[in-house]
This record gives sequence, structure tokens and C-alpha cells, in this order.
Amino acid sequence: MSPTALADKQNAEAHESVNLTKSQLIYFSSVSENTKRFVDKLEMNAARIPVFATEPPLISAAPYVLLIPTYGGERGKHSIVPQIMKFLRYDENRVNLRGVIGAGNTNFGEYYCIAAKRIAQKCNVPVLYTFELMGTSEDVLKVKEGLETFWTPASPNWQER
Amino acid sequence: MTEKIQLTNKVEAINWNRIQDDKDVEVWNRLVNNFWLPEKVPLSNDIQSWATLTEDEKLLTMRVFTGLTLLDTIQGTVGAVSLIPDAITPHEEAVYTNIAFMESVHAKSYSSIFSTLASTKEIDEAFRWSTENVNLQKKAQIIEGYYHGEDPLKRKIASTLLESFLFYSGFYLPMHWSSHAKLTNTADLIRLIIRDEAVHGYYIGYKFQKGLEGASEERKQELKDYTFELMYELYENEVQYTHDLYDPVGLAEDVKKFLHYNANKALMNLGYEAMFPSTVTDVSPAILAALSPNADENHDFFSGSGSSYVIGKAVNTEDEDWDF
Repeated sequence: MSPTALADKQNAEAHESVNLTKSQLIYFSSVSENTKRFVDKLEMNAARIPVFATEPPLISAAPYVLLIPTYGGERGKHSIVPQIMKFLRYDENRVNLRGVIGAGNTNFGEYYCIAAKRIAQKCNVPVLYTFELMGTSEDVLKVKEGLETFWTPASPNWQER
Repeated sequence: MTEKIQLTNKVEAINWNRIQDDKDVEVWNRLVNNFWLPEKVPLSNDIQSWATLTEDEKLLTMRVFTGLTLLDTIQGTVGAVSLIPDAITPHEEAVYTNIAFMESVHAKSYSSIFSTLASTKEIDEAFRWSTENVNLQKKAQIIEGYYHGEDPLKRKIASTLLESFLFYSGFYLPMHWSSHAKLTNTADLIRLIIRDEAVHGYYIGYKFQKGLEGASEERKQELKDYTFELMYELYENEVQYTHDLYDPVGLAEDVKKFLHYNANKALMNLGYEAMFPSTVTDVSPAILAALSPNADENHDFFSGSGSSYVIGKAVNTEDEDWDF
């Protein structure tokens, strides 16, 4: 673990100001809130990764699916925003990750939903679904049904990895 | 024109060390890092390919690009500039100046394509066509009318619909050629424009939504109604324009699907729900693949139609691993 990540973690633990969540859906949405709108339409319990550094860090306490946007990529650079990087530096948040859903815009060509794809590859979990901007009603339905199946009680997705 | 020019009332020295809205910095950085010039794209490699097009196809291509030139010119010299006086933060003003300049780069890049591929006579004829085509002129007039109007939020709506909807009847064609392995360098250049327009549409749409915050319910309803009315007005004209251009080569129906698909995205940029159902947005997969090579996989793991995937073991992630 790098000095900054270690410092972040020690800092969080020292202040005990972490926000533990058992939500099966964790998402990031910037102040533009496109992704939040999509999550609201799912009508599921979901936890939001803090937008501002002053908020306590979010730590996952159970298996979950990550839903994140990719903003207009700079030729694929800086595709994963610092808030999501910080979140994934906590071991628990990588160990409990079971899949990634990406929001994006096909206008970004080969970098469409690149942040979701990179995280999935890095953490060896599947990209479950991709959709554009705040998603259509069809996207909402597919993700809602998909997640219900993904989390059926007998699903291996619950098992420890 | 005796119309009085609208300018920002009061200008203060811009302090980039005191930021009111992080989006301004984020978008500024993205735009700066995405900066490009048409001279960097090897358009001359398309000369042989251009020679394989029929006369009808050449004429269509020239007309499509003059139409796009007109829109980029409007957005560069009027549209983006008209947003400056209503900016909430000084950094927002700076972002609009960047957008305005890039639109001028886009407008100029079509001339690079023309001078590489066509004769002066063909170029002049295409520009003459652009001043005479009723639907193209109408599209320009509708948008310009709103830029000269009084309502700052309506200007943002018009601007977002231009950036995220009106260009796409034109953008379809280079994607079509690219999917047939024709004019591929031209398509590379157009993809850069398409990428820029996405950032512009996202940002102006975001600022529109910021402007809506705190507005009364009546005002919100008024702007929503206005957005959909303007969308319908522009859409009807786009359909006519599409038939004008694409009927001779038999592509109009697929272009219209592309229009529906992008109309939905334009509305979403403004924070509204998509309007066209998926039954009329099913653009040909070849066009989508030309636009975004990886999007055709569609990553629908849920329905089992995505690419196959084997789940491995979680690996420890070090900081530097995330510096992709």
C-alpha cells in the first residue's frame, strides 16, 4: 500500500469516521447527478461514494456491484475519478466487489465506459451492463431485473472470494 | 444589423485559485487535453477512396459537410459566445470561450477536408447549396432566433440541442463511409468533433440544470414544455432535411433512427427523460461500431449476450496500478 493510501486509511480508522455499508449497490455520481438519477429509478437500496473529501469514506461490509460513470475521456487518461480511486484503495471495497455497471457516452468512441471496464479488469469481475448518460427506461428495467437475478439467495455471488 | 451587442456587464480578473464550481475546472481540463487541429489528421490518404465514390455520393458528402460547417460557424461565432453574459462563474465564461474556439476549429476542419478531396468549383457549389437549401437555412434560423432571445436558460436549451442533436444528420454519413472502409481518415477527424460535442453538450446541459435549481415549479414546467416543443420543431425540420439529402442514396430511414437515438441523448443532457422508444432508435450496428468500436458488445452480462467472462481471483491493488 502506498504512503498516501495508507495515510488515508489510518486517518479514517483513527477518526473512526468511516461509513460502513451493506448495500448491494454502490455508485458514484458527480454534482451533475446523471448517474444518481439512474440509480434513483432503480428504486433499490444504494450507497453513494462521497463526492467531497470532507465526507467520511465509504467502506463496503458485504458483496456489492459498483455502478460508475466515465466522463469525457482524455484519450483514455484520467478516466477513473479520484473519488473512485480512493474508494477502491480500501481492501474491503475490492474484496467485496462482484461486478461493475458503467454509464457513459458512445461519442467517446473506443473509450466508452472505459472506467468501468478498467476497474472490472483490474479486480477480475465482469462488466455487467453499460448504458448511456442517465439511461433509458429499458436500461432501468434490464439492470433492475439483472441485479435481482444476480443476487438470488443461491447465487455464488454471495460467496467470499 | 443595428442590434445591440450583449456583453457581460462587469468583468473581474479571473482567479483560478478560487473555484466555485469544480465542474468548470474539470471540463476546462478535459477540453484542453482534448485539443486537436485538422492538420494532424492525414486526410490526403482519403484521396484514392474519394475517387471510388459515385457522383451522387460525392455531392451528398460535400453537402453534408457544408451543412455541418454552417452549424459549427453559428455555434462558434454566436452560440457559445451568447452564453458568456449569463455565466454564473468567471470560470464558466472561460469554458465558453474554449468551446467557441473549438467550434471554429471544427468549422475550419471541414474546409481542410474539402480542399484535400474536391475542386474549387465543387466547393463553391456546395457552399452555394448551403445558402439555398430551405431546411438547412430554417434549422440555422430557428437556433439563431433563440440565441438572440432574452431568456438565458432557453439559450442553453437551444445550444444543447444543437450540440447534441442537430449535428447528427450530418455525422451519420462519415460513420457510414467508415463502416464501408471509405474515407476512414475523414471519419477519424469527425470522431474528434463528435467527442468534443459530447463534452460541450454535457457541460451546457449541466449549467442549464444548475440554472433550474431554485426556480419555481411554474418556471420549471415552462422550460420543460419549451424544450420538448423546440425539439419537435427541430425534429420535423431534421426529417425533411434528412430526406432531402439521403433519399437519393436510400439511407434516410437509418439516418432517422440515428436522429432519434441522439435526440434522446440531447434530452438526457438537459436532465429530461428520453423521448423515443427503443423500437425507433435501433441504429444499424455498423454505424454504432463506427462510432464506438467497443459499444457493440453492449456488455449485457445479465441477459447472457455479452462477451464471455471467467471470474478470477481478486488481486491486491497498489497505488501505481491505478495510474493507467
